Amino acid sequence: MSGTGKCRYRLVNGAVGAGETQLKEKRDMSFSTKHALRLALVTTAALSMAACASKPKPGPGVGPGPGPGYPSQPGSGPGMGAVVPGSIQDFVVNIGDRVYFDFDQYDIRSDAGPVLDAQSQWLMRYPSVQVRIEGNADERGTREYNLALGARRANSVREYLVSRGVSPARISTVSFGKERPIDPGTSEDAYQRNRNGHTAITGGAR
Amino acid sequence: MSALKETRPMRLKALCLALASLMLATASVATPAAAQIEIDVNKGEVQPLPIAIPAFGGTRGADIAQVITGNLERSGLFAPIGQQAYIEKGLNVAVQPRFPDWKAINAQALVNGQVTVEGGRLRVDFRLWDIYSEQQLLGLQFTSTPENWRRVAHKISDAVYERLTGEKGYFDTRIVFVSETGGRINRTKTLAIMDQDGANPSYLTDGSYIVMSPRFSATSQEITYMTLRPEGSAIYLFNLETARRESIGQFPGMVYAPRFSPDGGRVAFSVERGGNSDIYVMNLKSRASARLTSDPGIDTSASFSPDGTKIAFNSDRGGSPQLYIMNSDGSGVRRISYGSGRYTTPVWSPVGDFIAFTKQTGGEFHIGVMRPDGSDERLLTTSYLDESPTWAPNGRVLMFSRETSGGPPRLWTVDVTGRILRPAPYPGSGSDPAWSPLLN
Repeated sequence: MSGTGKCRYRLVNGAVGAGETQLKEKRDMSFSTKHALRLALVTTAALSMAACASKPKPGPGVGPGPGPGYPSQPGSGPGMGAVVPGSIQDFVVNIGDRVYFDFDQYDIRSDAGPVLDAQSQWLMRYPSVQVRIEGNADERGTREYNLALGARRANSVREYLVSRGVSPARISTVSFGKERPIDPGTSEDAYQRNRNGHTAITGGAR
Repeated sequence: MSALKETRPMRLKALCLALASLMLATASVATPAAAQIEIDVNKGEVQPLPIAIPAFGGTRGADIAQVITGNLERSGLFAPIGQQAYIEKGLNVAVQPRFPDWKAINAQALVNGQVTVEGGRLRVDFRLWDIYSEQQLLGLQFTSTPENWRRVAHKISDAVYERLTGEKGYFDTRIVFVSETGGRINRTKTLAIMDQDGANPSYLTDGSYIVMSPRFSATSQEITYMTLRPEGSAIYLFNLETARRESIGQFPGMVYAPRFSPDGGRVAFSVERGGNSDIYVMNLKSRASARLTSDPGIDTSASFSPDGTKIAFNSDRGGSPQLYIMNSDGSGVRRISYGSGRYTTPVWSPVGDFIAFTKQTGGEFHIGVMRPDGSDERLLTTSYLDESPTWAPNGRVLMFSRETSGGPPRLWTVDVTGRILRPAPYPGSGSDPAWSPLLN
């Protein structure tokens, strides 16, 4: 799963939107088939994003964030016509929903700051949006310690967004530890992708 | 909750152990002659003891002998001799075996038995013989319901193991674990339980959410485990006999890493708030919980000492994950791991002599043991990813999960000396095993 130019194309297939939309449905009622489908879709999207994001000069959303009042630009990229401003897709494609961490670390890296700045600006612009920060760890640690580490990472992202003006009431956190890798590989690249904080929109998007 | 419907609780039928016919056993046990075939499980090198276990007479007799054979063989301390070598056939529990016939095939011990079914009850008589001293070491009778024949076989295995090693057995036990299916990206994790020999596997959750870190109570057929959903985590208590399941309650932030106290009356666990994890303990009767650590470091993976007075735990308060011990009220914290590498998941042996742990060093993972004061550290295993050690109730054997690079996790066992390492008898993918106490 090395980063390729395909990321953007796959992301605008609507997979993310469809997948994340289902997240809003009553979880209690969604059983295996739907559940599996949703996760599969999200995973595809996440993988693509991660592949992009891990490149030195990353793809959309990971570079320096747009300035204040930034307009999400429907149709600005190849095949981008379907992106609705304020939608989950807009957030994922144009802002970037994941930031990365060093091994056993939870401080916000310099390359993550611009992404989180852009996330906070987007969240300020769409004040009804609720997010859940999901902290993730690579597999090179034991299960419970990694849960704790993922919680630290989620909290770091949360604190950063709050420091940029996002109301803490809009942000919940959870740690998945090493239970939800986005890259199945066992290389340092894969580990790097799996050490992340994922900003998942849980409600209020268009 | 919906998961309850998925539950198939294992009903434990009471097993009656009748010390009906001790016969010569009591007298002969004390004689020095019997001692010559005892196994010292602490010795560096153990030659597995050649033992003959012919099919028992009667219904299920061959199956019972096979289960006993499998148990003793897997322990690494016994070398069962193949049935085809046996000279004497059709043994009778009421008659001494023909010792020269068993000496001739180099058997040092012999287990024979007879199954009878009467009035819907299964009765199994068995004998353990010392071939060289020509003495009976054990003569016992078990009765149960016929469908419980495997447990009878495990009880006999335990009796033989205990008589010949001097250590308690661990075969009439179960393993609760996390069954894993699917790819690495989105693995389905289902709470599962099986006999220690891999038989009778069944599922306790439906796989629609993540489960982690199940642990047995040492005093009852109860487990505690953690569930993880995007909305958050929860810790449950689950009674395997009644299928009653309950949460220990709501906490702000995540809760994880639950462990029973040895008396089953308390659960220690970690609570995460604002990114910081600390250890709490809850009295299960009053439901009052107390915070035991308040350090800004990660404090997790609590494990009670067998006497309940101390708790080993994992903390990175010193800069990297290491093992610590504190009194069970949170006082007297001290670090016990000082080797190079990262130490996690301390697990106190149920007999108290060792603390098992996972150690990460040089890109590899190890299961190791050390004394509770941190001395005598010994690494028992090495692989790409070994973790989650759990002790058999006799404190001689550990089960853990092992992942090869890119592969699914599998359950393995290793003895406390590190010599006897083998895959657990479960063909599927599993992690987070927890060994039950001996069943009643």
